Amino acid sequence: MAEKDVRLMKGNEVIAHAAIRYGCDGYFGYPITPQSEVMETLMEEKPWETTGMVVLQAESEVSSINMVYGGASTGKRVMTSSSSPGLSLMAEGLSYLAGAELPCLVLNCQRGGPGLGTIQPSQADYFQACKGGGHGDYHLIVLAPNSVQEMNDHVALGFDLAFKYRNPAMILADGTIGQMMEKVELAPQRPRKTDEEIRQECGGWAAHGKGDRENYNIITSLELKSEVMEQNNIRLQAKYRAIEENEVRYEEILCDDAEYIIVAFGSSARICAATVEMAREQGLKVGLLRPITLYPFPSKAIAALADRGVKGFLSAELNAGQMVEDVRLAVNGKAPVEHYGRQGGMIFAPDEVLNALKEKLIK
Amino acid sequence: MAMAEVEIKQENLVYARPCLLTDNVMHYCPGCSHGTVHNLVAEVIAEMGLEGKTVGISPVGCSVFAYNYIKVDWVQAAHGRALAAATAIKRLHPNNMVFTYQGDGDMSAIGTAETIHAAARGENVVTIYINNAIYGMTGGQMAPTTLLGMKTATTPYGRDPRLNGYPYKIAEMMAHLTGATYITRQSVHTPANIRKAKKAIRTAFENAMAGNGFSMVEIVSTCNSGWKLSPVAANKWLEENLLPFYPLGDIKNETK
Repeated sequence: MAEKDVRLMKGNEVIAHAAIRYGCDGYFGYPITPQSEVMETLMEEKPWETTGMVVLQAESEVSSINMVYGGASTGKRVMTSSSSPGLSLMAEGLSYLAGAELPCLVLNCQRGGPGLGTIQPSQADYFQACKGGGHGDYHLIVLAPNSVQEMNDHVALGFDLAFKYRNPAMILADGTIGQMMEKVELAPQRPRKTDEEIRQECGGWAAHGKGDRENYNIITSLELKSEVMEQNNIRLQAKYRAIEENEVRYEEILCDDAEYIIVAFGSSARICAATVEMAREQGLKVGLLRPITLYPFPSKAIAALADRGVKGFLSAELNAGQMVEDVRLAVNGKAPVEHYGRQGGMIFAPDEVLNALKEKLIK
Repeated sequence: MAMAEVEIKQENLVYARPCLLTDNVMHYCPGCSHGTVHNLVAEVIAEMGLEGKTVGISPVGCSVFAYNYIKVDWVQAAHGRALAAATAIKRLHPNNMVFTYQGDGDMSAIGTAETIHAAARGENVVTIYINNAIYGMTGGQMAPTTLLGMKTATTPYGRDPRLNGYPYKIAEMMAHLTGATYITRQSVHTPANIRKAKKAIRTAFENAMAGNGFSMVEIVSTCNSGWKLSPVAANKWLEENLLPFYPLGDIKNETK
């Protein structure tokens, strides 16, 4: 058996290595702090000389997401990465990708907003990622890594889910996960799909040249007949229900006997894991539920904890209170749900969260 | 000799319905240039044997439905973003023929950045640029190419440069870019011009397949509904008003 390939790397660098090793066909990006290392690493690695992967610096995030739209239209595995203001520019493109049912992977390495905001970490794009962002009724599949290792793992998971459902997938990280260095085990190199394989797997829909096909394929989100467009929407919604049914992922830490639950994702969850340890040392029965998929959200798992008689939930987020709305919907009035957050690039410490838990819920 | 007695044989056949056109009835208004340009694009693709290798990118505007009429694979792009999509498709499929079909609003207003940068990078794709100096699909509003004094839905008293700015010629701008190697302006308002336009489209497609850089064929076109003119009057108006400002011919030809 081959030896494990373990490295010490930044989260952003790992995204680049994981993309190459997954067999990604194309990356299209535009520099923005705090994620520019993704494209820098790709350019340094020169995957076009090894795997044949295309890497291109676009003139804007508007362009890079539409390059992704073009590449995805042909059945290739394509991706982009950006940070919060860039994602605002990509909103239209993401709506088109979802509307035309195209698979792709997008990294949002979040920074604080609104506006130009700050380059420091934040989780204030939860709404944008999970509730739409662009126009129309659509969802992205949203993954929330809490470590450099998960930055690696979520590249493969994101692409796999995107192609399983023909839907764009997003890795919603933040400046902390993107910039911090950790030990990571890289996946072995996989070959890129050949054009022939893509033709076989995606020939029913992808627009990569008609070849020997009888029919010609059209990628579009347009339908002017309302009765047909309604059916298109119903089809999308059925897909989202299937995603909600089958793809929820979360982690529970000491939830079995917990009287209070902290719900936190990504970098916040790393901090809150320490809060749980601290609470337990003080004899407080506190557990952590960490959504790994933010869409689909682990509503059932949270509802089950509320049904079991958990006395209170604290949604700890680096924002003014966004995921807390989904926690409240899941708890559905069975227990108090509070939010604790820091904003504008500030990060909470474990004891800060514990104090908030005591003040807001334990009293 | 009566007309009915002429037997059409392969030797005397000068024109036929392009084999790559679908049977769908075109939604374009009578007298609109789109139908003629679609014919030419379909003919060139068929004559070059590129049917199986071609991916077209349709814009937002009247020609969004180009995919209903020409039998190749199509991608419908967001307003102005066709050349971003085309860039990725061509780079991921370098042996394919990739072209965009865009109007003046799509390409030279909302899509200016994507257009200029695709040309600057020298992407090996072709843009068919329909310049009819107006927004057709949304109901005849001012385009970046609308002439001074021209009345549109958003310039009801005529385009006034102090209020609405000046029209601009994106083809001449693009000709300055090293990556753009074939930039030409044509029209399809007479049979002679149709033949020249077809030759230009063929040259552009060959230039792209040769990997020689970016090509654009601008077609100065009619929009009867937007201009509120009959087909015949629109052709005359095009000749008397548009062509003096948008002169026909090659602006840059570095094809090999």
